[in-house]
Amino acid sequence: MNILKAKFKIHGGVHPKYRKELARDEETKRLPLPDILRISTTQHLGAPSKPVVKKGDYVKKYQLLAEAAGFISAPVHSPASGTIKDIVTGTGASGAPVTEIILETNNTSDAELTGVYPTDEWQKLSPETILNRIREAGVVGAGGAGFPTYVKLSPPPDKKIETLIINGAECEPYLTADYRLMLEHPECLIAGIQIICKVLNVTEAYIAIEDNKPEAIELLSKYLEDKKIENIKVSTLPTYYPQGAEKQQIYSITGREVPSGGLPADVGVLVENTGTTVAIYNAVIKDLPFIERTTTVSGYGIETPSNVIAPIGTPYQELIDFCGGAKDDVKKIISGGPMMGFAQATAETTTTKTTSGLLLLTAKEISQFESSPCISCGRCIAACPMNLMPAELSQFCEAEDFESAAANRVMDCMECGCCAFSCPAHRPLVQHFRTAKAFLRAQPKK
Amino acid sequence: MSEEQLYSVSSSPHVHSGASIHGIMRDVVIAMVPTFIAAIIFFGLNALILTATCVISCVFFEYLSRRIMKRNNTINDLSAVITGVLLAFNLPPTFPIWMAVVGSFVAIVIAKQLFGGLGYNPFNPALAGRLFLFLSFAFAMSGDWTPWSYINTENIVATTSATPLGMLQESTGSIAFLSNNSNIMNMFLGKVNGCIGEVSALALILGGLYLLWRKVITWHIPVAYIGTVAVFATILYMIDPSTNASPLFHLFSGGLMLGAIFMATDMVTSPTDRSGMLVFGIGCGLLTMIIRKWGAYPEGVSFSIFIMNATTPLINRVCKPRVFGVKGKA
Ligand code: SF4
Ligand code: SF4
Repeated sequence: MNILKAKFKIHGGVHPKYRKELARDEETKRLPLPDILRISTTQHLGAPSKPVVKKGDYVKKYQLLAEAAGFISAPVHSPASGTIKDIVTGTGASGAPVTEIILETNNTSDAELTGVYPTDEWQKLSPETILNRIREAGVVGAGGAGFPTYVKLSPPPDKKIETLIINGAECEPYLTADYRLMLEHPECLIAGIQIICKVLNVTEAYIAIEDNKPEAIELLSKYLEDKKIENIKVSTLPTYYPQGAEKQQIYSITGREVPSGGLPADVGVLVENTGTTVAIYNAVIKDLPFIERTTTVSGYGIETPSNVIAPIGTPYQELIDFCGGAKDDVKKIISGGPMMGFAQATAETTTTKTTSGLLLLTAKEISQFESSPCISCGRCIAACPMNLMPAELSQFCEAEDFESAAANRVMDCMECGCCAFSCPAHRPLVQHFRTAKAFLRAQPKK
Repeated sequence: MSEEQLYSVSSSPHVHSGASIHGIMRDVVIAMVPTFIAAIIFFGLNALILTATCVISCVFFEYLSRRIMKRNNTINDLSAVITGVLLAFNLPPTFPIWMAVVGSFVAIVIAKQLFGGLGYNPFNPALAGRLFLFLSFAFAMSGDWTPWSYINTENIVATTSATPLGMLQESTGSIAFLSNNSNIMNMFLGKVNGCIGEVSALALILGGLYLLWRKVITWHIPVAYIGTVAVFATILYMIDPSTNASPLFHLFSGGLMLGAIFMATDMVTSPTDRSGMLVFGIGCGLLTMIIRKWGAYPEGVSFSIFIMNATTPLINRVCKPRVFGVKGKA
């Protein structure tokens, strides 16, 4: 049997209304190429990439638009052929200003590079060549943070990776993009895993899936069995949020605790997201750069909840129109999931390599409350997967006593939102911690 | 380009469990219903009038003090209702109405709103009100119990109308009688003298189970508190059963159940982490038994919880969960 139950139970976590049924059974559709794409150079964590095209240039599909600007950075490629209309400053999903390359697409099959040296015999490629392809394809963590994948796949030599975990938990409510990938393209996912195994020279890999996705568990396990792949196993996790958080997932499966401030590599583990793994497959086997992704468009505010493949740089409005349009009572537009995603003021923001979801939420789905003083109920503490004391931390933050907040490990907060989700006083806990973390990060290191 | 539309923007998380202070307090009110019914069964109209007086005056003082201090109106969070009910539960059935109003004033205005209102009060308001009344009007608070017909059997001088703990301290009832099964059963049901809301252990436990089921409280404080009392009383009883009442007597007498289930579990004034709750409960239990055994007063529940309320900030500072990924103490 290649299905294992995760053995270790982490502290805390919550059970939000998952509402996955909205889009779960919608087969992935492809968005017709929009006329205008606005491609951000901040598709990833680290330095924004540097544009190598200028206004008026004609570009082909897959052509490099912006190159990596440093070690922690990633190149960006053109999702379509067309003309660069302009390079401007726009607003990213997080609200921060970003540089946007505006591309007027022409919908021809004019493409560059693709198929020049794809190989189905990737096993013959050296790990260096594979890593290089991943880097040049601009693959970044598609789960949300957007950490450049080739950096992640090059751990320091003293840190030996023994276990690979593919994060298919998709614990954020509503989101089903990874789930659809697992169901629709198991071959790409499994091949992607094998590629990572080869690069890292690891033999043991787990696909972590929450037990509310029995179809995916069954399908992948059967696929592995049919193909007689023994080093990859499916690990089922109990369903709760944030089962997909890296440190918590590692603990659930291996019982190892990533040290505070450390990396998974410190305990010999590497976690890769499902979408990223498929992007790795595309980069190495098809030699395609990361130019499009599946995004779940969902919520009670959208006419037809769907899973949509869209090129990066697609304005949210295009996705909304493609899914039948927004209903009248939409209160919030969220980029990402409802627990950690970013609320958008307009639907003009564009998709990036990390846009896992686009949610149109109505009043009955969202929380809009006045906050009141803490009643010390302790629910935030019981909910915190990092075992922090959010009630106390937020009091420090409110008093702007960031030093005490730091001493009580506010930096270990992953902003998962479990505390604020549980707080009967509706205190803006996560907001406090974000402020504190930003302040502390800006301080010179002692 | 589509028309510009502005949606509301705020920090994540964008969804919420639906828990609210009002909801929690509503559950506490519901949990107090069995005890309220028991109080009316055992003490009749007096219990009803006392409870109504305390609730109405607490809500009124809450409204008035917020108004005078130009703060938002908080009577809808129901916390003042709970304070009123709890205060009444802690009063003897013949307690003068005007004194109950004074107690409500102390509870809401002095012990709660002057500290900033719900969340900022270091002491449980009802408890503070009760202790104030206890120290100011000692006679009304403890001297004048309505004789409860069930208890005046052949073993006690017919004129006594004391509470079981009072009898224990005054040695007016024989230890053997106090600890015998039928007396314990009466105490469990509530057929004894005492404050209107403390007598029926059965009704209080029902309320406690409801609170546990609704996840309003966790088991930590009540179990640590009651467990400590049980262990302490068992040890005393094993040492000398002729001068010490049985453990069951201690569990069902006085305000222990009321205190452990409804007063010590007050979120604002008890520790937030579960380890701290255990320390808090054990502390309450030890103090209660020390006062009952060696103190000048027959009952120690209120003092114990009050003292432990004062230690809550300290407990919170010491009893913290071990942060994930941090070895040893955080
Ligand atoms: S947001 Fe931070 S403090 Fe709140 S539950 Fe998550 S990790 Fe804990
Ligand atoms: S959940 Fe909210 S009210 Fe309860 S202790 Fe935490 S911050 Fe305070």
